Amino acid sequence: MSQAPAAADPMVPLPFRVTNSKPETSDTVTLELAPINGEHRVSFAAGQFNMLYAFGVGESAISISGDPSLQDRYVHTLRAIGTVTRALHALREGDVLGLRGPFGNRWPLDRAEGRDVVIVAGGIGLAPLRTAIYRIASDRNRFGQVSVLYGCRTPDDVLYADEFSVWHHNHRINVQTTVDRSRSGWRGRVGVVTTLIPTVSLDPDNVVVMLCGPEVMIHFTVIELHRRRVRDDDIFIAMERNMKCALGFCGRCQLGPTFVCKDGSIFPYSRLRRLLTLKEL
Amino acid sequence: MEIDSLEGLLAGHSFLKGLDPEQIALIAGCARNVRFEQDEYLFREGDPADTFFVVREGLVALELYPPGKDPVVLQTAGADEIIGWSWMVAPHVWRYSGLAIEPTRALAIDGACLRRKADDNPLLGYLLLTRVAEVMAHRLEATRLQLLDLYGRD
Repeated sequence: MSQAPAAADPMVPLPFRVTNSKPETSDTVTLELAPINGEHRVSFAAGQFNMLYAFGVGESAISISGDPSLQDRYVHTLRAIGTVTRALHALREGDVLGLRGPFGNRWPLDRAEGRDVVIVAGGIGLAPLRTAIYRIASDRNRFGQVSVLYGCRTPDDVLYADEFSVWHHNHRINVQTTVDRSRSGWRGRVGVVTTLIPTVSLDPDNVVVMLCGPEVMIHFTVIELHRRRVRDDDIFIAMERNMKCALGFCGRCQLGPTFVCKDGSIFPYSRLRRLLTLKEL
Repeated sequence: MEIDSLEGLLAGHSFLKGLDPEQIALIAGCARNVRFEQDEYLFREGDPADTFFVVREGLVALELYPPGKDPVVLQTAGADEIIGWSWMVAPHVWRYSGLAIEPTRALAIDGACLRRKADDNPLLGYLLLTRVAEVMAHRLEATRLQLLDLYGRD
């Protein structure tokens, strides 16, 4: 999980233009961003994030959700949940924002080669995992069985639904979706994402699990993975914390002895196990 | 011949895995193969719960009909899961409806038949009870998680 290089001065945002804005759900949008001055070379690893700056409002850490093989744009899926993300959500094609990054480490795709991969996502947690799914799809034969288990609140909150059949039919990826609540008419599963884990054939000696979602979901998903005897070293989690500098200076994202921005944001569960059960961390 | 195939199907299902052949044979004596088309009800709320279902394939929505509101899907159950524990718990009445949202194949187990066999064979009864309790505990945990609204705004 080596670090990829960030911009020359990582504290200075560069101007990027919104080249496409695609509503995903009522409060979630996917933005495509292209550098304005052309000097910035778009390059990132699956799992990294950028700091997006809505001018006059503020900055927020947003995971990259696009295909790492596309070198002309950053793609970010974000949910309007606070002041900054609401401002970013409101941006339209042609608008300009500031961008610093990319920061953080990457999903352990090298470690997953030759093994089965189980990807567990909750809500907008599918966004950072989509970069790993694209990487796996582009080199599918290097991996064993691949499953994407995705849980969200309601059928209206499902992200990237139009891509599921492509992942399944073109790339042999088993995609299972479940929602927490539904009226009649939804033809999929209802129940929390942990209920999908027993549907997957899972060899604990030959699997890597990648996980992203709310921490309470992570907690119960890991319990279910432990029931299936998956080892903590084979479970990788993308942590979300309130990041400010993204460089390990300010300490806003400190989690015990680690800085989520600098040391992560992806960690093996063996490293987080004790930290996630401590109060007030 | 049918009993043999039922025994094989039962022995291969997660819910009954590990039971010995005699115990499986006792359960198979209360079982029959059933098939439901999409949008067909397996059972309806308020009906006598004289059966439980060992699902082989498909997907079933467990629905509740709050008065004056649209039906709510509480949960779904699919392959390698079971549906129903009301056969074991008095007054043996379904508390929700089961709707096949995919074509579904299952083994329907006669609850009254199985209760009689469990009364006569306490070990079998104990094994069934502990397995149903495990399913209930899992579903209770899942329901608690649903109540937490994991992906909400808070």
